[in-house]
Amino acid sequence: MTDLEIVLKEWPRLANGFGTTLLLFGISAVGAFLLGALMVGPLRSRSKIVRIALRSYVDGMRMLPFLIFVYLLFYGLPTFGVKLDAWTAGLLGLTVYHCAYVAEILRGAWDQLPVGQTESAEAHGYHGFRLIRRIVLPQLVLNTAPVLGNQLIYILKDTSFLMIITVQDLTYAASSIQSMYFVPLEPFLIAIALYWAISLLIEGFVRVVHGTAKERGLGHA
Amino acid sequence: MPEEVPVLQVDGISKSFDGVEVVNNVSLKIYSGETISILGPSGSGKSTLLRCINWLEKPDRGDVYLAGKRVGRKEDDQLMSDHELASVRTQMGMVFQSFNLWPHFTVLQNVIEAPVHVLGVSKDDAVVRGEHLLEKVGLEAKRDAYPYSLSGGQKQRVAIARALAMVPTVMLFDEPTSALDPELVGEVLSVMRDLAAEGMTMVVVTHEMSFARDVCQEVVFMDDGQVVERSTPDKFFSNPQTDRAKRFLTRYE
Repeated sequence: MTDLEIVLKEWPRLANGFGTTLLLFGISAVGAFLLGALMVGPLRSRSKIVRIALRSYVDGMRMLPFLIFVYLLFYGLPTFGVKLDAWTAGLLGLTVYHCAYVAEILRGAWDQLPVGQTESAEAHGYHGFRLIRRIVLPQLVLNTAPVLGNQLIYILKDTSFLMIITVQDLTYAASSIQSMYFVPLEPFLIAIALYWAISLLIEGFVRVVHGTAKERGLGHA
Repeated sequence: MPEEVPVLQVDGISKSFDGVEVVNNVSLKIYSGETISILGPSGSGKSTLLRCINWLEKPDRGDVYLAGKRVGRKEDDQLMSDHELASVRTQMGMVFQSFNLWPHFTVLQNVIEAPVHVLGVSKDDAVVRGEHLLEKVGLEAKRDAYPYSLSGGQKQRVAIARALAMVPTVMLFDEPTSALDPELVGEVLSVMRDLAAEGMTMVVVTHEMSFARDVCQEVVFMDDGQVVERSTPDKFFSNPQTDRAKRFLTRYE
């Protein structure tokens, strides 16, 4: 058997890993976006306590290496009696970590939004969450599509760290084929091709959103 | 006969920024169907006064009453909640110098957005009314265009339609033509003239002397945050009583 034949014979492993990666990526990307979007208003809260708490959270996540964070969730939390299975720890880690970046991207974009946008919304009776959801957030997303797309790609790549906590993702599958049959190259080439394929999908999605933005004269940021 | 309640009453409003008093103890009364213009040099506090009326700026002192009801504070002097204030603001249409249309929505979506999502009007009803309003400002053909593709004059006419869609009790105009190329000023003023003729109650901060002269029942001239002179347009333009008003007017002749 050639190396490639070995890898092809083991395709169910790769397919399973790919499925796990896709699922982890999909759920955590949506979760990180929703949580990040929910945080963008409170990050500008009138209450200093809320502001400082969220600011600390966002900055804390951003200075923490993802791998260490996931380690802490999986191996550290049981010390405090919280035991998560690998999948839950991985999903939670991805979501909670990357929502901080999403919140920061959107907050930065809000600083660039003309103040007249929220003023005209307030003058028409908007306030609070509805103002953010209807008037502010759509513009923030349209204005930051390429940056948010980058973040999605980071989320995708960070899923591969989860094999360290025994999540059987695509990288884990490639790595196990490699160590079973001592084929060092092919499994990883295939894994790279699959990661690349997801990245292309993300890129395509970003291009659609960015096109929507340009049609409305937005997205120059 | 009982005294008519003013649609809008401004009672001793003052506002300062960083210790500089921008609006100083200004009072106004506007009755139903009246259009008044607030004139004055740049920095005289006219825009800040207007923004205090719907509490986009919180006045330091003084009160605003809309149809006899206090704006911004409750009977017990407590500040209104954001929700209560938002609800009062729906009754005051505001048109901004820089239009501030929402760029992610089409023209028609801009007009129906707040009626549907703030007032809870059904989408079908809002569309019917929105189309009617766009027709009124001469932009029914642009209903599916994005604000980005419109001229300044068209944007401002959409902004007026958007404010009218809330069925406001009073319309506040904050230098609505100051950001426009001169050849586009006329189309916006013409919409505003029509509104005034239909009996809309309007407060207009403007530099357009012809509008103040031809359309308004009262002219309020401000300088340094204070009302320096108030009278009918005829008197104000032909025979201003104060030196400051005279100096101001010579620059527009």
